[in-house]
Amino acid sequence: MGKSTVAAALGLAAAARGLRTIVAEVSARDDISRTLSGGPAAPFAERQIADGLSHISIDPEQAMEEYLVDQLPVRALAEVLTASRAFAYLAAATPGMRELLTMGKVWELAQEARRTPGARPYDLVVLDAPATGHGVAVLRAPRTFADAARLGPIARQGRTIDAMLTDPSRTGVVAVATAEEMPVNEALALRASVRDELGLDLDLAVVNGMLPDRLTAAEAEALSAVAGAPGRVARSHHARARAQRAQLARLRRGLRDTGVPVATLPFCFAAELCADDLAALGRRLDPKRGREPAR
Amino acid sequence: MSVADRLVGKRMCIVAGSGGVGKTTTAAALAMGLAAAGQRVAVVTIDPARRLANSLGLDELDNEPRLVDPARFADHGLEMRGELWAMMLDAKRTFDELIERLAPDERTRDDILGNRIYAELSGAVAGSQEFTAIAKLYELDRSGNFDVIVLDTPPSRNALDFLDAPDRLTHFFEGRAVKLFLAPTGLAAKVMGRGTGVVFSILKRVTGVDLLTDLSTFFRALSGVLDGFVERAAGVKALLGDPATTFLIVTSPQREPVEEAIYFRGKLREARMPFGGLIVNRVDPGVGEPEPLDPGAVEAALAADLGPALARKVARTVADAQVLADRDAGSITRLRRELDEREPILVPHLDGDVHDVDGLVQVYRHLFALAPDRERLVVRPGRAAPGAQDAGAA
Repeated sequence: MGKSTVAAALGLAAAARGLRTIVAEVSARDDISRTLSGGPAAPFAERQIADGLSHISIDPEQAMEEYLVDQLPVRALAEVLTASRAFAYLAAATPGMRELLTMGKVWELAQEARRTPGARPYDLVVLDAPATGHGVAVLRAPRTFADAARLGPIARQGRTIDAMLTDPSRTGVVAVATAEEMPVNEALALRASVRDELGLDLDLAVVNGMLPDRLTAAEAEALSAVAGAPGRVARSHHARARAQRAQLARLRRGLRDTGVPVATLPFCFAAELCADDLAALGRRLDPKRGREPAR
Repeated sequence: MSVADRLVGKRMCIVAGSGGVGKTTTAAALAMGLAAAGQRVAVVTIDPARRLANSLGLDELDNEPRLVDPARFADHGLEMRGELWAMMLDAKRTFDELIERLAPDERTRDDILGNRIYAELSGAVAGSQEFTAIAKLYELDRSGNFDVIVLDTPPSRNALDFLDAPDRLTHFFEGRAVKLFLAPTGLAAKVMGRGTGVVFSILKRVTGVDLLTDLSTFFRALSGVLDGFVERAAGVKALLGDPATTFLIVTSPQREPVEEAIYFRGKLREARMPFGGLIVNRVDPGVGEPEPLDPGAVEAALAADLGPALARKVARTVADAQVLADRDAGSITRLRRELDEREPILVPHLDGDVHDVDGLVQVYRHLFALAPDRERLVVRPGRAAPGAQDAGAA
């Protein structure tokens, strides 16, 4: 889908507008950091990768440690827990714990008062969320936990995080798709589940990788008689570009009554995306509002 | 080597890769090909595209394999000498069924299914889908009804969850944690206020009593199905490492899925799981000529017939196509190196979406192509065109 690419582009665009921005990746990935700075990131380190733009790869275990140290009055207590194998297994086996911890860290990054010692707050956190179905589950994890826990610190914490995530003035959700049947279906399904499960709407749908649609119908007709490789290639690309337009139109129709804007990004013919290309993509997207796209 | 050669003697074929690379279609085409060759094949998929599901005759999530009517393929020139069965997995329901089957009595079953932790979280969590899928696979394998089972894995970004799920569950249930929970003086008792264990008093402070109570109820109830679960997890683990099991990695030549494929291959190595081969979908066919075309020459040659404007457009499209093909060739070279895979199976980009029987048959023909046909799809490093057959004719 180019989700990471779009996340990086949004991050660069926000940084260019003067917002202190961080792009957060999950699941031990660091694609964005690699693209922008050419090297792997140390897990959990906030690292500056461009002017005004930082990056973090969120690790649930480290997020838990940070949370415990913050929650407990004495560091030694947190260490008792984190050193306990029983606790480690319990945390690993508790359904939804990883998701909760991941979202807790995303929330922490956006706080004025940071838990991480010496860290400064960010104006914007761009989360490169997991793929569709699981993505919404991750965003919902804090509420799910708050509901399950009812009372106590986790319930409070879960509600606080959920309040930020489901507040449209603070959190925006960006869907990224390509102009093909399945991705368009998924984008429409994502919109429905974001609305039903989070009470939010999409702020933007981005359709990535649009091929140039060069030929008019008459030109395509004229080409049908041309033998050899060039004619064949041109016809094939024309068919692909047309199929993409049809899927894009289907997405637009599906979102017509929702007011969700649909932006397109051109197919990038460069062999590897570099930082300049990402910045250019970011300018095209121009999110305008100073909100926090969740992905 | 066609995909058929790689699957000789395999009973279990797990198709892995990131979302959006045609994984489900590949799994279905693979199963179709094996069935055409005379085997009884079940393809297990999770939430496929509606049209793909329909093309296999699946109308709804249904936890039992259904026989796909061979007449569906006969019209497309494919004779089913074996049988193709298909099912769409409902992860949550499969998990519920597993609990129902393993619970020693109704009370335990109801305790688990009614537990809020279970109810709220079991369907929506990384790892549970993966474990459920594998557990279903294990069950289908044990049933002895199929020669080969093809699993289309959930579009999980975290391949680790998939491979780790059995181990994590087994460790948990055999570990100290669960004993602490389940002993008469264990956590379950302690959270009720009688015990004073250091770990648990701290834990209580962090989580709150309610959550801990629910968790202890959850794990205590789960202890009723413990033996079944441990046995199941051990069986699943053995199945994953069995010589008759193989993982096929599917990718497209785009950067993100390529990185995902490399990452997944590394995880397979670490977990000592068998890697059966790489399938690269959507390879740009380029111009289909042995040597790159010069766009200037193309323009000049066509200008007289087509007029300068259209000739120029064609030339630019040819140039684009060569850039795409070069980039794909670069990705494939990198994949070969990183995955230690000399002969990835390449499927060219097919015009239009591949979600109907026609599309499946096309993908099948590429996957199962014999050596002479395959030769034409091989990408030579540094060459512009993979030389795939004309996708425009599709």
